[in-house]
Amino acid sequence: MAVVIDKEKCVGCRACLGSCPFDAIEMAGGAAYITDKCTGCGACVEACPVEAIYRTDEQKKEEVSLDAYKGVWVFAEQRDGKVMNIAFELLGEGKKLAQALGVELSAVLIGDKVEGGAKELFAYGADVVYLAEDPELKVYRTESYASVLSDLIKAYKPEVILIGATNIGRDLGPRVAARIKTGLTADCTELGIDTEQRLLLQTRPAFGGNIMATILCPNTRPQMATVRPGVMKKMAPAAGRSGKVIRVQYKSGMDKIRTIVKDVVREAGRLVNLEEAQIIVSGGRGVGGPEGFAVIEQVAKKLGGVVGASRGAVDAGWIANSHQVGQTGKTVHPKLYIACGISGAIQHVAGMQNSGLIVAINKNPAAPIFKIADYGIAGDLHQVLPLFLEALEEKDNGKQGLAV
Amino acid sequence: MKIIVCIKQVPNTNEVKLDPKTGTLIREGVPSIINPDDKNALEAALAIKEQQGAEVIVLSMGPPQADYAIREALAMGADEGILLSDRAFAGADTWATSCALAAAIKKTGEFDLVFCGRQAIDGDTAQVGPEIAEILDLPQVTYVRKIASINKEKIVVERALEDGYEVIETEMPAVLTAVKELNQPRYPSASGIVNAFEKIIPVWGAADIGVSPDKVGLNGSPTQVKRTFTPPVKGAGRMLSGTLQEAVQTLVQELNAKHVI
Repeated sequence: MAVVIDKEKCVGCRACLGSCPFDAIEMAGGAAYITDKCTGCGACVEACPVEAIYRTDEQKKEEVSLDAYKGVWVFAEQRDGKVMNIAFELLGEGKKLAQALGVELSAVLIGDKVEGGAKELFAYGADVVYLAEDPELKVYRTESYASVLSDLIKAYKPEVILIGATNIGRDLGPRVAARIKTGLTADCTELGIDTEQRLLLQTRPAFGGNIMATILCPNTRPQMATVRPGVMKKMAPAAGRSGKVIRVQYKSGMDKIRTIVKDVVREAGRLVNLEEAQIIVSGGRGVGGPEGFAVIEQVAKKLGGVVGASRGAVDAGWIANSHQVGQTGKTVHPKLYIACGISGAIQHVAGMQNSGLIVAINKNPAAPIFKIADYGIAGDLHQVLPLFLEALEEKDNGKQGLAV
Repeated sequence: MKIIVCIKQVPNTNEVKLDPKTGTLIREGVPSIINPDDKNALEAALAIKEQQGAEVIVLSMGPPQADYAIREALAMGADEGILLSDRAFAGADTWATSCALAAAIKKTGEFDLVFCGRQAIDGDTAQVGPEIAEILDLPQVTYVRKIASINKEKIVVERALEDGYEVIETEMPAVLTAVKELNQPRYPSASGIVNAFEKIIPVWGAADIGVSPDKVGLNGSPTQVKRTFTPPVKGAGRMLSGTLQEAVQTLVQELNAKHVI
């Protein structure tokens, strides 16, 4: 057992019992003892007011080797040679973590002829860019990218790695984590540092956003986390800011590559930029059919926003799934979210509850969506939205009138 | 061809019940289903079986009642089912789960394909498929939305991206993860249901798959739950009253005053 209780010192105050996330501490004979449920997480060590709980030597030895890991890294995803926005968002968050830890912030950029991206990464906060360029790395492939990233981790030993929870990041992250035999926490919505133990506090929603869980990776390094696009904020870029580029040679032909990317097809219209939208007008089952989305589109257009949808509307085939907001769709945080004919199932709410202002329009005054809305209108969206459009017109005309 | 399909039994409800002490999910008393993406993986395997002949083995790790999910898969047309169930597996994170599943897959002998769902609705991590692939040292394709061709040597699939898709060819054996666009899962047939309940489903524990108890379950998990908490509830909003016309007028005024429109 990695954590032990000194029976002589223990005063039987029971303070450690509540601190244990695993219910692994019990009382016997006026003193606490650790059961075999213990995972060695050490949460009880700091909870003990009389310092009767400590880690055993074995654990300390492990900690020394963990100390060799320093620095915060961001995987800078690129597509078609262009660094994706998620990389800048991760740098914004990574900067805070690096400052809390007193370490450098680095980005890992893998591709072919992508050196220009390094400048952008510096501007958005990277101190160091690890650059791996090779014609074979032009397009993302699990095997080649996992090989480059794992080799870099083994050589330079970062303590934290952030990866975007995109279709590429979610393919790469677990492959690398399994190779390094370390933990990976998916879709974190909040990251922090326990400065005393130098641990990454990874908070993520679980069970459809009903509960939040803070996850630790105490005994292995690096501590890896993925974050969905749109969740973290990028810093304002500092043009001309520079840093150190460390070039990495790709060992072409050294790795076992069993996959071939025969084609990459970009589908126009498939990419709906919900994550960065300031205003989203969403429709659900209450819209009634594909033609019902016309009025949703009109309102979105009028407000300069984009169209979102609930899973119900997408599953019914009324609108493409690229519009889907929610647990299995996109996580959004616009300043204004207008939910029309959406009941407010947990699965949807999980993806939009962090919006600045939420307006709900629903026929059913008891719909759960009203519980999280700032403003609610109980009414049929097909009646309310045309009136809303009219009122918006009037407002604009009124403004023009004032200007004259 | 032999195809292993990994399925997870997940709670069918949005109502979450948690053990307040351990912060772990109480599964008892909550109706359970086969995880939706896993059903797409199973359907794809069954389609391959129909087109060119294959043995489809369903593998699930979970409490004893996960037996029911396996029987549903058998009723849909899978040939065999194996349940990984052992108290030593409890509390596993994705890495420890993948270790156990990979060890069980090895124990089944030679195979051509491992098919998983992209992610489970209770965890949403999408990690177990790629981690199994790494542990078994196999190529992986995640987010599979279409199978273009398949034979004993290679498979060509479409992998969904946010803004399109890739056409990927990979050697077999391989690990694939399915998204819902891949297909429409079938319903169990009446005869399938009868057969499913006559089948014997072997239950394998840690000792059966040759893994030491400290490599699986909570003890084998690099990540640990420090604490769980309920997200802060937003203060109740304001229902706009009056006629719809009045409500809309108020709304526009409020949004305008707050500078969001």
